[in-house]
Amino acid sequence: MSIRAEHELHTRRRGRNLGIGLMLGGFVLLVMALTYVKITNIDFNNLPGGAIQTQESK
Amino acid sequence: MTDMSTTPAGEYEAQLGDYFALLKPRVMQLVVFTAVVGMLAAPVPVHPVIGFASILFVAIGAGASGALNMWWDADIDAIMRRTQNRPIPSGRVQPKEALAIGVALSGLSVMMLGLAANLLAAGMLLFTILFYAVFYSMWLKRATPQNIVIGGAAGAFPPVIGWIIATGSFSIEAWLMFALIFMWTPPHFWALALFMRNDYDDAKVPMLTVTHGRRATRRHILAYTVLLVILAVGTGFTAIGGPIYLVTSAVLNGMFLLGAIRIWQRDENDSEADNFQVERKFFRLSLWYLFLHFGAILAEATLRGYGLGGWA
Repeated sequence: MSIRAEHELHTRRRGRNLGIGLMLGGFVLLVMALTYVKITNIDFNNLPGGAIQTQESK
Repeated sequence: MTDMSTTPAGEYEAQLGDYFALLKPRVMQLVVFTAVVGMLAAPVPVHPVIGFASILFVAIGAGASGALNMWWDADIDAIMRRTQNRPIPSGRVQPKEALAIGVALSGLSVMMLGLAANLLAAGMLLFTILFYAVFYSMWLKRATPQNIVIGGAAGAFPPVIGWIIATGSFSIEAWLMFALIFMWTPPHFWALALFMRNDYDDAKVPMLTVTHGRRATRRHILAYTVLLVILAVGTGFTAIGGPIYLVTSAVLNGMFLLGAIRIWQRDENDSEADNFQVERKFFRLSLWYLFLHFGAILAEATLRGYGLGGWA
């Protein structure tokens, strides 16, 4: 009996696995985009604890 | 360890589309649309990325509650003609898979909405999921003929969540949109129950048609429609209304009221003679009714951005 590189199960589930892979990839991209937007839209001068003190402003 | 032994070669392998069907895509469309309108009608602009992500997580949350509903209702879904082809009763998806997907997506959607928008929106989404999956599906639906009336609230929360995504708070306008869907749900579903006659009887779901009879259901449709007409037209004079909304609403409510009166006037012999033509037409109109009302609210909100729209 020869060794099969790909199990029959993988063939049957190819569409499903591809779909889940694409969704996970999309989720990662969405979290990256959200993080970028959140960080670039923070008003650092109006944070609840007061403005963040940077090295330059001290 | 894999589950290779559970699906031997030749047996049906659930595809992605089967899992997607668990999320009730048609209900999701309504949820997405009304949540988007709620978000855009709010007076606070939302960053497009945050808006897109938030609505996506609301849609996933709605889908999760749909999966939990299908898991719990698999027994009655197998009896009713309308639901026999759903993934669980047709054997395409196992009940425990639906439960796992429902729980996992509920947690993911609430957590991510909290991170993307705000904690109040996430809290409302969690409340909506629990309201639909636990309060409505597990209790109300099989306990009282008022199941549709109270359970209709679950479908009415999305525009409120949309509004909270934008503003971070509740307001009267958000609750007006809630009330519009809440009052629309009973006549919509009772019309369906009138022409899907034996489904609910066979499944022993205490719909109004089963517990109080079909004559009483016709009276209830008319009564709720009258209340809905007052509410829907009245909304036209509020901050989310305007001339476009008012004209749209006046036409739609005139047609809807006429349909409800016709349903009330008919008896079972009339309905059976023409295979429930009037009831079916009223049901189809109800879909357009909600879509066009929210479309008009969206139109007013969009025009407001250009200094037009609304009453100002």
